[in-house]
Amino acid sequence: MTAAFMLSDLPEFFLHFLTLSLLSIGGAMSTAPEMHRLLVHDRGWLTDADFTTAIALAQAAPGPNVLFVPVLGFQVAGLPGAAAAFVGILLPSTLLSLGVSRWGSRRRDTPAVRAFTAGLAPVTVGLMFSSGWVLALPFVREPAHRVGGIVLIAATVVAMLRTRLAPIWLIALGAVAGALGWA
Amino acid sequence: MLALQGFGGVLAVAQRELVDRRGWLTREEFIAAYSLAQLLPGPNVVNLSLMLGDRFFGWRGAFAAISGMLLAPLVLVLVLAASYNRLSDYPLVAGALRGMGAVAAGLMLAMGFKMLGTLRRNPMGLVLCALLGLATLVAVAVLRVPLAWVVIGFGVFAWGLARWCLAQQERQP
Repeated sequence: MTAAFMLSDLPEFFLHFLTLSLLSIGGAMSTAPEMHRLLVHDRGWLTDADFTTAIALAQAAPGPNVLFVPVLGFQVAGLPGAAAAFVGILLPSTLLSLGVSRWGSRRRDTPAVRAFTAGLAPVTVGLMFSSGWVLALPFVREPAHRVGGIVLIAATVVAMLRTRLAPIWLIALGAVAGALGWA
Repeated sequence: MLALQGFGGVLAVAQRELVDRRGWLTREEFIAAYSLAQLLPGPNVVNLSLMLGDRFFGWRGAFAAISGMLLAPLVLVLVLAASYNRLSDYPLVAGALRGMGAVAAGLMLAMGFKMLGTLRRNPMGLVLCALLGLATLVAVAVLRVPLAWVVIGFGVFAWGLARWCLAQQERQP
């Protein structure tokens, strides 16, 4: 059962996303539980299924995952909702990043900034492998798609390391292979 | 244009274009910018494009970079949201999505392999780097610790460790 969203709710809605923006360390997805609490649990503007669909869609579609936020806004209040949610989630974090980035590049040679760059590099590489692993897992787990999926993943890795092919061709190839039922 | 290609992996596409193909950045610079983007609040790839746009073209570049990164996919995802229920019934669409998902996984892993090379010149040395990277992998992929905790926890620890290593090296040239 969902509750009606009034236009007078829009400022509160916007403010909520502004706050979440500064909490979204590690990406907007990390604030998804908090959004779920407001939109589904507290206010009843969306159902559980609406919420899950928004996230699945944004992950399946091209572009950054943060796009699940405007989809949620769209589901709640149409285009004004999408705009309020999207500007809200991006504005504070964007201004902060811009400030910190400029501050950091002016102090590039200080020990603190050099240590930051050196120290975080292995953690970041670890995170890249983690993301790859998490994305690959559904193919390893599902026997029906295991062989095709793993072949496609391995072929992509080899193509990226050995050739200068643009990724768009690999993605197109993946779409064709998947549509033909090979993956 | 970069954004529309980035099927669940804008990052891999950005790395390919900016580092491998155009040579605007070295791998070390890319990984440093991305580490920072990850630690700050906000979507990582958005932060990354913002910083790189700002570095090369000032605030106008930053603005152009995030608009480019977000607008086309935004329109697409809203159209998809409006028509989702009908689309997901076609096995052809589901299959294509699955194939693209496998390629996205491959792109991400390949980028990890490429970035391994940057660790060779790291002041902390290879062993410590490997341990930190593996610990991160286990925490995120196996134990499923929330990303924010991993980034802050390991980040602060690694920062301290790197400071200590840099100080040691300066003491004995």
